[in-house]
Amino acid sequence: MRSFDVIVVGGGHAGCEAAAAAARMGARVALLSFDLRTIGAMSCNPAIGGLGKGHLVREVDACDGLIGRAADTAAIHYRMLNRSKGSAVQGPRIQADRALFRQAIQAMLARQDNLELIEGEASSLRLRGGAVCGVDLADGTTVEAGAVILCAGTFLGGELFRGEERMRGGRIGEASASRLAQQMREAKLPLARLKTGTPPRLDGRSIGWSRLDEQASDLEPWTMSPLTKNRLNPQVFCAITRTNPQSHAIIGDNLHRSPLFTGAIAAQGPRYCPSIEDKIHRFAGRDGHQVFLEPEGLNDSTIYPNGISTSLPADVQLAFLRTMAGLERVEVIVPGYAVEYDHIDPRALRPSLELREIPGLYCAGQINGTTGYEEAAAQGLVAGLSAASRVLDCSPIALDRANSYIAVMIDDLTLQGVSEPYRMLTARAEYRLRLRSNNASTRLTPLAIAAGCVGAERRDWFGRRSQQKAKAERALRVEVSADQLVALGILVRGGGERQALNQWLRYESVTLAPLEAWLPDDLTDDLLEEVGEDCRYAPYLARQEADLRDLRASEAVALPDGFAYGAVPGLSREMVERLEQARPTTLAGAQRVPGITPAALAVLLTHARRWVG
Amino acid sequence: MSDTIFALSSGAPPAAIAVIRISGPQTVTILSQLTGRLPAPRQASLASLRDREGLILDKALVLWLPGPRTVTGEDMAELQCHGGRAVVAAILRALGEVPGSREAQAGEFTRRAFTNGRLDLAEAEGLADLLAAETDLQRRTALAMAGGAFSTQVSAWRETVLTLSAQVEAVLDFADEDDAAGLPEAFDLDLRALASELSEWLERPRAEALHNGFRVVITGPPNAGKSTLFNALLERDAAIVTALAGTTRDVLQGAVALNGVAFTFIDTAGLRDGSDDPVEAIGIARALVEQDRADLVLWLGPQAELPNDAWGIAAQADRAKTKSKANARHIISVHTGQGMARLRADLTATARVTLPKPGDVALNQRQSKLLQSAHDALVDASGFADLLLVGECLRATRSAFDMLIGRAATEDMLDQLFRRFCIGK
Repeated sequence: MRSFDVIVVGGGHAGCEAAAAAARMGARVALLSFDLRTIGAMSCNPAIGGLGKGHLVREVDACDGLIGRAADTAAIHYRMLNRSKGSAVQGPRIQADRALFRQAIQAMLARQDNLELIEGEASSLRLRGGAVCGVDLADGTTVEAGAVILCAGTFLGGELFRGEERMRGGRIGEASASRLAQQMREAKLPLARLKTGTPPRLDGRSIGWSRLDEQASDLEPWTMSPLTKNRLNPQVFCAITRTNPQSHAIIGDNLHRSPLFTGAIAAQGPRYCPSIEDKIHRFAGRDGHQVFLEPEGLNDSTIYPNGISTSLPADVQLAFLRTMAGLERVEVIVPGYAVEYDHIDPRALRPSLELREIPGLYCAGQINGTTGYEEAAAQGLVAGLSAASRVLDCSPIALDRANSYIAVMIDDLTLQGVSEPYRMLTARAEYRLRLRSNNASTRLTPLAIAAGCVGAERRDWFGRRSQQKAKAERALRVEVSADQLVALGILVRGGGERQALNQWLRYESVTLAPLEAWLPDDLTDDLLEEVGEDCRYAPYLARQEADLRDLRASEAVALPDGFAYGAVPGLSREMVERLEQARPTTLAGAQRVPGITPAALAVLLTHARRWVG
Repeated sequence: MSDTIFALSSGAPPAAIAVIRISGPQTVTILSQLTGRLPAPRQASLASLRDREGLILDKALVLWLPGPRTVTGEDMAELQCHGGRAVVAAILRALGEVPGSREAQAGEFTRRAFTNGRLDLAEAEGLADLLAAETDLQRRTALAMAGGAFSTQVSAWRETVLTLSAQVEAVLDFADEDDAAGLPEAFDLDLRALASELSEWLERPRAEALHNGFRVVITGPPNAGKSTLFNALLERDAAIVTALAGTTRDVLQGAVALNGVAFTFIDTAGLRDGSDDPVEAIGIARALVEQDRADLVLWLGPQAELPNDAWGIAAQADRAKTKSKANARHIISVHTGQGMARLRADLTATARVTLPKPGDVALNQRQSKLLQSAHDALVDASGFADLLLVGECLRATRSAFDMLIGRAATEDMLDQLFRRFCIGK
């Protein structure tokens, strides 16, 4: 019988990241997948990053994860969203060549020590005394481990819808892991159903590109991971077309054939990513919606039309597509469809992503009700690090809402649950000014090094960068006069008033670029941007310090696992129900459980103190 | 499960009747034990209250109010019994003997109502003020707060800020969508309009004025009759009155309601230069401080030295030797009562103008501090080109509103965002 420390079930973005993270910490890891060739496959949109999501990629990368470097290896189009705004909301986004991405992930996993890939179907979990101790495979063999991470995606009871058609399975052409699903159901875990959709895939050779506006890849040489030195692939362009009243008329006439409108799909879809039929129904006044035509690969003519996910019948899809500029003669490779799938109510999870009811079983990715590669990868990282910490008996990485989007997401999921597929947005972070995509390394790499999940290459790089950063910060302590700045063409009120550069930088009109004479000349652009914004937002960060002290003080008030909310006097039944569902681990967590009143918190605080003392 | 609480809700016995309230899950048990049956809900019925031994404690009117549609959101009962001390004590003792029930702590009924979502924070504060109200004006103002007038107003502002936030966040988080390319033109206008609405509210009279009363400082040279007037206005002998100059050496204050308006009168040391007594000198310094903090100053000195905005009072009008102050606003004599009714009427009329109007909502210090920070953040927001900082300021405004009425906002803001904008590729 084979034995490991950690078994990861599923080779998607969550699974790969989980397996690699646990292995980096020194745990012996098995990654189990139906088909080893599909490990690292991008099942939906071939883009990685974007607003909020780009932050997650950078944060996973700062913990030495895979997704950032794999994205760079596969990138065929770079675009920095919100370039004109502060980096706290800039969204680095790349378009990946699917095949290159898969290869990059597989190559990184192959190089990873302590990690073995096993092809097979997980048929059931093996339990001992209520805790997970391994996985039984469909071929009759058993793999043992002290922790199992389920990254099963939509394979838990997924169902596909397209017009009147129904199909079982997660992705087109793959079997659904229904035996495991049955076991999960029998374990009485809280399950719920969500819906997501995908657009039709188009044949790029049938598109009239010349009639469309092009969107070229960014010229600035930024990369997803700071460890990537250069861009590797030829860069391609995307194009933009639009739906029009004619397309809307076709869709409108066929709404009764969409499973979304016939009632066949009851589950809640994402508010931020409605299907085209939903858009037309809800925003009837619009005469058109943008559609981005995104190439899926260098040697692949498949085009992903971003903005028109749909579950209309295939003939309707083709008809409305052909009303759009550039798509008059388009051919569809695979029509779009909607997927309805089961997920675990993430409130059943601890912040480590371990299921409270089944010790040793962790869940990451879409199975927890999220959407997106980046969200999945970030959860995979957390689950992998947590599972390894459990097995190796060491302390887990210290993430919280004030240091990472990863923690914002995990906290939202485990306390609030989901009512739609959860997607990261910068608006979700109350400490957004400090959680910038350009300072992910500063925020997280030291924590990741302490947790033991960072390899030598990044440790060296981070050591050098920290020195550079200290040098830049020293340089910004130089005092200069207003007149000196005016002489450089900077708009400040002139005079002899002297202030340190880091103070001058608080003004909106003062930027780093004209100050280069005072700065060391060997600084990278991203480092300059980071220290510049540190100065710029300093007054706001200082203002948030008070909030943060409150937060950390209430983080320090622990609500132990068996905390009897029902026994707290003055706590209403409704409050008890909400708290028992979310099971916050600290008072700060309780504060964020929806619907919890300040009075309930006050009662809880006094009681928690008594409990501890 | 929470305890069942009970309390004597009417005034201190003895009284004609006493009202005892019970709230909590044990209410049914208690009623059944006490009366031997469960009366029909929401109907007054007469019943004999008995203790565990079956001895009759009293005959009372019993009201059974099943939750959750009660004030506290829990099962409740009201016992209207006879108001003698022994009767009330015996009933309370019998209630305390039921397992799981105990006497309520101060404010606990209100806290339960708040916890169960029957009241929001502002309403609960209004209720607390209402219970503490001593004058009619305080009562009517507290009633406006408890009735949710302020909460309704804050909810409306909160909606506006959520919309503004959603507009900013849409540009920040969905920059690549054609629906959310930039801020609407009216954004800045809406922002300023809201800020100026808040500042109007901030200029309103505050609730403290109501509770602490309209502050009237009585001042003037030594031995001008200040303490005599002070005692007369308070209708008690709070200050020592002698014929010796410099008798009052510290600041004395006393509260009283005149015609339903709360007043705080402050008697001060007589103002004179060159006192050798260090204690009196300190008293004089304090008198000057009080004068600055006053809503109104009554000046009993020579008309020529009348401080700004003070009322000239010619006191001791009964004394022949007193040089009459021709231009004084009031000529009074405490001893004969001359002019006193007119002075009291003038004081109440003036105070009413300055204090919150009956039925108007008045903010307490906590509320006005939060409203001020919401206002300041809005003003900051309109000064920035960096949308991130605009977003940060609006977040501060939102959280101040949430602290006012106690809710959490990010999810609400996202709801607004997705309802208003067609977003999603």
